Amino acid sequence: MTEKSLHLAVALDGLGWHPSAWRLSHADATAPLTARYWNTLAGEAEHAALDLLTIEDTLDLQSSRPDGPDDRVDEVRGRLDAVQIAARLAPLTRHIGLIPTTSTTHTEPFHVSTAIATLDHISAGRAGWRPRVSARRAEAGHLGRRDIPALDLARLDEPAAVQVVGDLFAEAGDAVEVVRRLWDSWQDDAVIRDVPTGRFVDRERLHYVDFTGRWFSVRGPSIVPRSPQGQPVVAALAHSSVPYAFAARHADIVFVTPTDPGHAAAIVAEVRAAEETVGRADAPLRVIADLVVLLDETSTLARHRRTRLDELHGNEFTSDATIVTGTPGELADLLAEWRRAGVDGFRLRPAVLPDDLTAVTRALVPALRDRGLFRAGYPGGTLRDLLGLPRPASRYAAASTT
Amino acid sequence: MPKQIILAAHFPGVNNTTVWSDPDSGSQIDFSSFVHLARTAERGTFDFLFLAEGLRLREQRGRIHDLDVVGRPDTLTVLAALAAVTTHLGLAGTLNTTFREPYELARQLASLDHLSGGRAAWNVVTTSDAFTGENFRRGGYLDRALRYERAAEFVRTARRLWESWPAEAIAGDRDGGRYVTEAAPGAFAHHGDQFDIAGHFTVPRSPQVHPVILQAGDSPDGREFAASSADAIFSRHGTLEDGQEFYRDVKSRLARYGRQPDDLKIIPGVTFVLGDTDAEAQERAHHIRRQQVSPQTAILLLEQLWNRDLSGYDPDGPLPTEDPDVSGDAISRGRAGMYADPVDTARQWRALAEEKGLGIRDLIIEVTGRQSFVGTPQQVAERMNHFVQSDAADGFILVPHLTPGGLDDFVDRVVPLLQERGVFRTEYAGTTLRDHLGLRAARPVSQVGAA
Repeated sequence: MTEKSLHLAVALDGLGWHPSAWRLSHADATAPLTARYWNTLAGEAEHAALDLLTIEDTLDLQSSRPDGPDDRVDEVRGRLDAVQIAARLAPLTRHIGLIPTTSTTHTEPFHVSTAIATLDHISAGRAGWRPRVSARRAEAGHLGRRDIPALDLARLDEPAAVQVVGDLFAEAGDAVEVVRRLWDSWQDDAVIRDVPTGRFVDRERLHYVDFTGRWFSVRGPSIVPRSPQGQPVVAALAHSSVPYAFAARHADIVFVTPTDPGHAAAIVAEVRAAEETVGRADAPLRVIADLVVLLDETSTLARHRRTRLDELHGNEFTSDATIVTGTPGELADLLAEWRRAGVDGFRLRPAVLPDDLTAVTRALVPALRDRGLFRAGYPGGTLRDLLGLPRPASRYAAASTT
Repeated sequence: MPKQIILAAHFPGVNNTTVWSDPDSGSQIDFSSFVHLARTAERGTFDFLFLAEGLRLREQRGRIHDLDVVGRPDTLTVLAALAAVTTHLGLAGTLNTTFREPYELARQLASLDHLSGGRAAWNVVTTSDAFTGENFRRGGYLDRALRYERAAEFVRTARRLWESWPAEAIAGDRDGGRYVTEAAPGAFAHHGDQFDIAGHFTVPRSPQVHPVILQAGDSPDGREFAASSADAIFSRHGTLEDGQEFYRDVKSRLARYGRQPDDLKIIPGVTFVLGDTDAEAQERAHHIRRQQVSPQTAILLLEQLWNRDLSGYDPDGPLPTEDPDVSGDAISRGRAGMYADPVDTARQWRALAEEKGLGIRDLIIEVTGRQSFVGTPQQVAERMNHFVQSDAADGFILVPHLTPGGLDDFVDRVVPLLQERGVFRTEYAGTTLRDHLGLRAARPVSQVGAA
């Protein structure tokens, strides 16, 4: 059963993914600034034995414009740091994976590496990381260390834009490479506490990572001993060939956005081809399809709620991911069909939090179990275990024993 | 009412103060060790827990230093997790300004402040250390003279970001459709020598608005920076008279920044050893010092002053007769607090060794290993209180030598005596760290740090 169980994740962001979610949410408008809110969401997700939760983050204010602030006052603005939220959740959860987002363009890889390794220690092996490229000038202006050329989202095919995007992802690749090397830079058995010789560590089991790339170099080793998973889970959101290749090289999970089962099959094929092209040696990527979900007891009620949210917002809600409006049973059928198209699981983005998460945990999950599609509980172990990913040996341990 | 003592707990660090070879020494990494110390401190109604930071493993003679505890978890991540297992305890961390940017660090600290209900504190440090910089894309080099300039501008910028959201920015008006009272809140602009940034901050105003700012280091620049910008100084412990002089000096610098003496707390880091009798405490203190300074550690500490390879020296033999090498690159890297005048210090050490007939190890124990407070719980409580009531300090950051149980005895045996004397709280009166420390609400940045 566990072998065949699909993977189920929830993506947490503010009061939900619909821009008017806060108007109908049963949580307070300021709830996302409180630990209690995040604990409630994580507890709900864990109660239903979801594999993992992700926490969105950016280094700029939410906006309806592609870059820079807007003049709307009717949408949620402001958010907390995702790694801080994940760390705050770790001691109060036991099984669910915790995957915060950070920027590969601005945040120091060394800091990311030690923060996620520490999250892995604190959570006893449930940490993940979603590296995210920062392509917006607003973010660059907040850090003040570099300028990012303006990107016209309607003209991403033009050579200049292709170059910019390619560079951002190449740099992101370097960042993940450094982070992963640092995670390996302490062998599992580096701490020896050998009283007779007075040595706390065996320094032969600590390794300089000596990464030198086009954008930066990092010496190492990490300051954090190797964590329970060795390599926390790296997850990438990808919509096209450049990020598919990035995921194939650097990630364990890829979140994708198909529109229907045929498209899902095509994306899976493209991801597998990308794995082939980059010569991926690790376990195949877990391909997880993203869906925005808006659920109610009847499809009519769900549609009405969708209409109501859109009316409140003033225009129809669109998303990079397919929006499913219906009953939990209908969604369960849809997931079964997409599953047959080859995806390994789903990351559900609740349109309204906590409401649509509660519908997932209390109605969708039982419906999936009825169909034999989802585990009854947690089998125990780390997030890598849950995802069927082996625990890799440190690359340096392998090198020093051969 | 007598002065109230501030007490904080320092998680044992990666230096030879921390004894890892003792059978009672636990993990420096497992979260359970941090939980134990935090809950012990909270049981003792301490003001805050303090975590240092590591950004590069220390090296000596070009190799990773392996005699002390090596490795530690990320400071900010541990603090956020500790917020989940404590309710009142302040959560303070050292966070270096050389390898961070104000926007990122300000939002991490504001997030911690939200997620802890107003318990965040930041020990501002800056390094000019290119050795540590090799781990960062920003690179390491910061001119030594610019260290406090960067720190001051960093803190000013962070304060501006923390204030960028108005107090009532989130209307949450569902019927009127107004989530925020104004479009694009959090606008800021800072154009300075160290940072040139503008845009919008993402974190709404946090419970303390400004997390508590700590400053360590007692150079004149450091004192001035603390007087202008900090809420507390993490100073070094010395004699009562030295403490009083430092206290007077730092507090006298406050007026020119429009601040009151109470606005800056002076809390030296101290060690302690307890015993049922004074003799037992002295005996334990001696035993701990010998654990802290093994023969190998004695040679390494000597090398840090001499700046020479002394691996051929006998730890029980006499000190080197040659003077320290003050011209070469530092033999020890990644460690703060080196000696200002090595040649002079070396002469003093030689003189002391001759006078008392000490070999290298015993000399090192003598000059580096003295615990601050040694005695029965009654004696320690009495001396600590005397130190505070005599204006040599406002309180202490206690540095236990054992992880994680090194604070247990102090909380069980000394804290009740301080409480009996009416100089330490018996329960938390407020909820934020500013409340605990008796600090007034944060002043707007426009009123802070302008001389």
